[in-house]
Amino acid sequence: MAESRNDALLQVLRDNEQEILRGWLQLQERDLSLRNNLLRSGELEQQSRDFLAALRGALSAGDTDILTSEAWAPVRELMTSIARSRARQGFTPTETATFVFSLKQPLFTALRAHASGDDLAEQIWSSTLLLDSLGLLVTETYQKGREEVIARQQQELLELSTPVVQLWAGVLALPLIGTLDSARTQVVMESLLQAIVDTGSAIAIIDITGVPVVDTLVAQHLLKTVAAARLMGADCIISGIRPQIAQTIVHLGVEINDVITKATLADAFSIALQRLGLAVVRRTAKAV
Amino acid sequence: MERIPILKMGRYLLVSIQVDMDDRTALALQDDLTAQIVKHRAKGVLVDISSLDVVDSFIGRMLANTAAMARVLDAETVVVGMQPSVAITLVELGLSLKGVRSALNIERGMELLQSVARDTEAETADAADEE
Repeated sequence: MAESRNDALLQVLRDNEQEILRGWLQLQERDLSLRNNLLRSGELEQQSRDFLAALRGALSAGDTDILTSEAWAPVRELMTSIARSRARQGFTPTETATFVFSLKQPLFTALRAHASGDDLAEQIWSSTLLLDSLGLLVTETYQKGREEVIARQQQELLELSTPVVQLWAGVLALPLIGTLDSARTQVVMESLLQAIVDTGSAIAIIDITGVPVVDTLVAQHLLKTVAAARLMGADCIISGIRPQIAQTIVHLGVEINDVITKATLADAFSIALQRLGLAVVRRTAKAV
Repeated sequence: MERIPILKMGRYLLVSIQVDMDDRTALALQDDLTAQIVKHRAKGVLVDISSLDVVDSFIGRMLANTAAMARVLDAETVVVGMQPSVAITLVELGLSLKGVRSALNIERGMELLQSVARDTEAETADAADEE
């Protein structure tokens, strides 16, 4: 029974393809009128044409299992690629789903010309089911595409936020910005230790001015980093401890006695220079 | 079984670990090293682990123990050239090798040993003066 219903749909699609395509494109263009800058002209038409062709191909195979069957694979692939590209281009979920749902109106108009009464109701019901599951597929893929974008941005943020800079020959600085969690500590630790090896630095300054909150976990992560650097033969100085954070550390009872701590990066740097036997001196008398 | 060579350089001993250590090699090294410290009356031991990529908790503890044994025999131990991955592993294992000095490379390690030796000599001289 389902097959015969889809047969009717296929028949209508075959006979009225141009008409349906025109009506569909008009609807889509109306809905996306504000988004003209995102899609190249012709791209939408190409996508719609491809979709109708794929849909026809899948319908003629007679299989109704949209999500898993072989016959629907080209349709699924096409929908996936469209949804993904739209997610990247910054379309809203509504605009992406509209691509499928706006096909309903021209399709039903064509179906009405083809049948009437109970037949029509049944055909409309079956094609609604079909288009709804395709719409859900699009939305789901769109969501996945967005999640990928977010994951990639997180990764980039992770790499961007842990720069190791060389202040002087033998002195490294690691200005930390943002909350330290386990994943970030791992990246921070690895990049700091690698930089210590690469530059042969004996002193590393970890500046936590940009760390908003220091709790026991963050402190533990910091101490781990310091311990690892010490194992490699480099001394760590923690600087940029704000008054609030100093209070928190003591209240929490975190033991950081083994580590040199300084209030500002400048203090830490001067200690580092002192350790290396260097001094900054004024070359001429100050002109007053 | 492979034995790890122990080289004598003046008053110091140099141990360069070039092969992956298994537990027996590690224990043999401990035996040899303590024997050599006594034999040469060494003041310091440099352990170069720059070609060691993997450590486990046993090797980590072995390093700490060796350093403690050397100190009993009045020799300072400096571990040099630890790889970042090894350092991270040791910290994650909770072994921070307290009491073991470390340096980035052999050169720095040697400087460290010499400065430590100078400090102890100065202390001994002070103590002798007071008497």
